[in-house]
Amino acid sequence: MKDKLYEYLLMLGDNSMILGHRLSELCGHGPSLETDIALTNISLDLFGQVRSYFQYAAELKGEATEDSIAFLRFDRDYRNVILVEQPNTDFAHVIGRQFLFDAFHLPLLEQLMKSNDEMIAAIAAKSIKESRYHLRFSSSWVKRLGDGTEESHNRMQEAINHLYPLVSELFRETETEKGMKELGIGADLELIKESFDEKVKTILSEATLEIPAVPSRQTNGKTGIHTEQMGFILAELQYMQRAYPNMQW
Amino acid sequence: MSNQEFPIWEVFIRSKNGLEHRHVGSLHATDATMAMENARDVYTRREEGVSIWVVESKNITASNPENQGELFEPAKDKAYRHPTFYELPIELKHM
Repeated sequence: MKDKLYEYLLMLGDNSMILGHRLSELCGHGPSLETDIALTNISLDLFGQVRSYFQYAAELKGEATEDSIAFLRFDRDYRNVILVEQPNTDFAHVIGRQFLFDAFHLPLLEQLMKSNDEMIAAIAAKSIKESRYHLRFSSSWVKRLGDGTEESHNRMQEAINHLYPLVSELFRETETEKGMKELGIGADLELIKESFDEKVKTILSEATLEIPAVPSRQTNGKTGIHTEQMGFILAELQYMQRAYPNMQW
Repeated sequence: MSNQEFPIWEVFIRSKNGLEHRHVGSLHATDATMAMENARDVYTRREEGVSIWVVESKNITASNPENQGELFEPAKDKAYRHPTFYELPIELKHM
């Protein structure tokens, strides 16, 4: 049970960490000063959540710290979904990735607030205000780009076409998630899916975009099977701790 | 980012209840909602405020620097408009 809970915390934390890292790559490179700061703020929000999850995970595990969990695992030990590893291809991809994740993240946190595990409930209660804002930010940009110029519409639709097949993984229940759900600690992914589908349908239709009729991809990031993107992400993320173990600043 | 699609907005922040909103700067946004969100991101990320006003810059009527003379100079030699010449009764405190 302790091992399952630890693994569940990694799932929660890793999604936020890898997405937070992707957003941090845009710091100083955003399309405008305003969006640059907004994306960096979201990144910092996500890293704040990661710290809470990993501090708790380290406590459970013993002989681990939030830093060792974040920086000293191998790629197969990361539990994030493939969606959040996707590169910052263009602004439409950044927004599409963020929107699809936020539409999942918000109902997830709504459920986790009622978790039997007090610590998880507290982290969710703190994070949900941030997540509400993230969803508002990303959905307003999906609408703005989708219902904007011909080019912004096409690029937003392309991004959705590329990212949408990765969505199914969010709702494919793993053993760990099943176990946590049954204990009343974790969320019920089916309920999240209802809320997700509703939100995505509404926003995409307001954005004059279509939900692509493409088959979903059988990705398994949650059990540690990542894409080649993960290696590049970890190389950058872990370089400092690997090169200078226990370094601090 | 063209300025036509992203006009400039002025941002006013109230730092705490009871104080007035103060001009803190400007930003680009397509509409009021976006201006509000951008203002939140750009100007309140270090807990600077409890309330935000945004107004599109074009809606502000500003005084013309060329009219400096007629607008402000007449006030220069009317020091009696300052209340410093009144003797305050001792009973009156905190003025």
